[in-house]
Amino acid sequence: MSTAAQTRYITVIGLEIHAELLTQTKVFCGCPNTFGSAENENVCPTCLGLPGALPVLNRSAVEQTVKAGLALGCEIARWTRWDRKNYFYADSPKAYQISQLYAPLCLGGGLEVGGRLIRLNHIHLEEDAGKLIHDGARNVTRVDFNRCGVPLIEIVTEPDMRSADEAAAFIEQVRMALVYAGVCDGKMEQGSLRVDANVSVMPEGAAELGTRAEVKNLNSFRHVALAIEHEAERQIRLIEGGDRVVQETRRFLEGTGETAPLRSKEDAHDYRYFPDPDVLPLELDAEFVGRLRASLGELPGARRERYIGQYGMSAADAETLLARKFVSDFYDEAVALGADPREAGNMVRGEILRHVGETGAERVGMDAGDLVKLLGMAAAGEISANNAKRAVALTLGEGKSAEAIVEAHNMRIREDPDALAATVRSVLAERPDAVRSYKDGETKVFGFFMGQCNKILKGSAHPKSVEAELRKQLDS
Amino acid sequence: MLLTKLRKMLDAREVSAAELAGEYAGKIEKLDDGVGAFLYVNREGLAAAAARAQARIDAGEQGPLTGIPVALKDNLCTRDMPTTCASKILEGYRPPYDATVVGRLRAQDAVFLGKLNMDEFAMGATTQNSYYKPTQNPFDLTRAPGGSSGGAAAAVSAGMCAAALGSDTGGSVRQPASFCGVTGHRPTYGLVSRYGCIAFASSLDQVGPLGLSASDCALMLDAISGPDPHDQTTSVHGREPCAARLGRSPKGLRLGLIRELLGGEVDAEVRDAVYAAAKWYERAGATVTEVSLPMLRHAVPAYYLISSAEASANLSRFDGVRYGHRAADAKSYGELVARSRAEGFGREVKRRILLGAYALSSGYYDAYYKRAVHLAGVVRAQYDEVFREFDALLSPVAPTVAFETGKIPDDPAQVYVADICTVSAALAGLPSISTPCGYTKDGGLPVGLMITGRRWADPLVLSLADAHEREFKRKDPPGYIM
Repeated sequence: MSTAAQTRYITVIGLEIHAELLTQTKVFCGCPNTFGSAENENVCPTCLGLPGALPVLNRSAVEQTVKAGLALGCEIARWTRWDRKNYFYADSPKAYQISQLYAPLCLGGGLEVGGRLIRLNHIHLEEDAGKLIHDGARNVTRVDFNRCGVPLIEIVTEPDMRSADEAAAFIEQVRMALVYAGVCDGKMEQGSLRVDANVSVMPEGAAELGTRAEVKNLNSFRHVALAIEHEAERQIRLIEGGDRVVQETRRFLEGTGETAPLRSKEDAHDYRYFPDPDVLPLELDAEFVGRLRASLGELPGARRERYIGQYGMSAADAETLLARKFVSDFYDEAVALGADPREAGNMVRGEILRHVGETGAERVGMDAGDLVKLLGMAAAGEISANNAKRAVALTLGEGKSAEAIVEAHNMRIREDPDALAATVRSVLAERPDAVRSYKDGETKVFGFFMGQCNKILKGSAHPKSVEAELRKQLDS
Repeated sequence: MLLTKLRKMLDAREVSAAELAGEYAGKIEKLDDGVGAFLYVNREGLAAAAARAQARIDAGEQGPLTGIPVALKDNLCTRDMPTTCASKILEGYRPPYDATVVGRLRAQDAVFLGKLNMDEFAMGATTQNSYYKPTQNPFDLTRAPGGSSGGAAAAVSAGMCAAALGSDTGGSVRQPASFCGVTGHRPTYGLVSRYGCIAFASSLDQVGPLGLSASDCALMLDAISGPDPHDQTTSVHGREPCAARLGRSPKGLRLGLIRELLGGEVDAEVRDAVYAAAKWYERAGATVTEVSLPMLRHAVPAYYLISSAEASANLSRFDGVRYGHRAADAKSYGELVARSRAEGFGREVKRRILLGAYALSSGYYDAYYKRAVHLAGVVRAQYDEVFREFDALLSPVAPTVAFETGKIPDDPAQVYVADICTVSAALAGLPSISTPCGYTKDGGLPVGLMITGRRWADPLVLSLADAHEREFKRKDPPGYIM
């Protein structure tokens, strides 16, 4: 495709983001909501859709949906209800999904991404389906109902995004908001966050949106971006070739990054939604919503402002800290305990994030108090800046207290002028040639000598003292 | 025999729980070939259940129903007996759990005699729409027992169980009770848990007792009613025990006779029997006046649209994947579902699923389902208005007495119209009872009186029926079948 053709079209994207909630139990029964159990371990008459079984709404799922709504700037409905969405599929044991069409829990809302507001249409609470496991060897399909009935929120946006990158950035912001609100673990690789993308293209300046296609079930940021790009290209190619885009549902092909038809509009389901008589409508009073709002804690947006505005962090640095809530929480704790925000930020983005990245840990393996102590020791000249970093790395690795590490590795700076003088003497004695160069006016070898001394001293003397002693002996 | 009498005999050791169970089992053996009330007789479990009950009686820890032989409509899940809804699609199905109402009877060690025939998935008013066999009316074996709880009404009537649980969606407890000359109560919606009662129409289904008297029904109701954490639609309202509230005089109560249900389409003998009962209440000190509820004319169409719409979703789970009938050699999931359902469901069930799916379809939803829900609201509002001036309403239960099975019209609409008396109370979620109030001159077929009250007024409705029953001479079916 020519670049010229691409610039004439605008890609328009709307998303449906499905997020699994972090409730203890499923949304309509008491089965545990956990990932990774043995097949069909977490099931009961209700989530198996046995004859006669009835759903009972889990309050905590409602609370988490409301929290998600508040975190994403939605208005919370005063009155809400559930509907049955009817369709046959082997992973759906009742052959209907309890969802919300007519009166969703959260309305409107939105997030700013790169200075542009991406609006939400609504968020609703529904139940997840089971999982089909195709066993090609035996030519059978098994159904695992563990996931069936897991509470799922669907976050539906307006068609406000204009590029794959913007869509990916938006999803990341939503993911962070949900994680910060404590309602979703945000793990796309485990399917706790899944995305359907509605993509259309229109010529620049057009008044009406083009015909859209929906790409289903994207489960990584990379897939989302790839699918949107490929889908937009496909549609532009169609239009350029004189064809029309047909409204249809498509699936993403992981191998090629392309999309393929799943079903056309003509085959679209008539879901025959109607209010579920088994699940009573719910009234949400202002006090209930107020209590949840108060329990929300600081959201990523506010934290970002604090990091940049108050601590003078760059936008990129702030984003790095915010991306993992437990890291950002650790940082905040350290600052609250008295750490210098800039020094703590450097340490967390450096040693700590490196360790988290290498080990895949989901918590910081040291006390924030220990970090504060190490930073304090460095600031007070008790240990060198380098040793402070080493101590952090060792504390994370060995799980000992910071003080024990400092002592065990002999990091504390001791003012022992005789020992220092002896070290400097031995360094100079080894390189009479360099000493001569220095005396001839080649002062840059001074740095070389500093380095040699530090190698031996490993931070046990203050750099200023080393420098003074070195100068004293060289200039004498 | 009445439950209170059985209770006394059991407690006085005049009869053991095992003997009593054997007595009823013997009656089933003798009579049920002719009546066809039971789909399953609990031969294996009976002795053990009776022994448990007896141990409890011997320990002096019995409840009102301990050792009482009862039977259950086959849409109530039982973990130790098959539960088929009289459908091929659930042939041989054994649920892994008990319905809440079953569990509550079991908690008292009531003795389960077996499972009772019904119209398939409770869709019908004749108990001729069972996949397994039809049930006959003990008063006349050529006639229908009514339905859909026809097995329950016939079994109680013929003395094959002391009491039974049925379910009433649009009249399925009351109409067969009327046809078989027993008492049947539809509780206020939300008084009794639906958990484990295989759903037909969720917003209308209510499990209800059938017995030889209103006082027996009250004892059964007290055992099964009350909030259930497994059913959100149960309420904390109406927790007062009903049995203790019986015995109050109708004196001073304002009763209304529903004009729309006493018109020309109602058999004269039915009308006469209902008027006679009304006269009795007047003599007992109540005021009885006619009252008009013109909105009742919307009740039948609204009922059939709402109940069929809900059924179309409720019955979708029968897909042959996890339980029940599975079509052989299906080549795909779609074929498996389509063929299992085509083979497993009977005609009436299919008709209602189609009707219901149609009423919910995009483009028809507003005209059918939504309008029906609106009309149900109109009916409910009219009841609310009438209940400002009346304490309870009297009417027939059905326009006719039990009809001959050979003369059931082929046109389903003609059959549906006969539900006119019962469906409106269901739409409004009201407590409503059927109690015998007369017999036809020819053939001695029972006529029922329906008494409907305000929401949660189950004790009043039961005590009104009880008061009449204390003076009314109830008849058993004729000797030749007994």
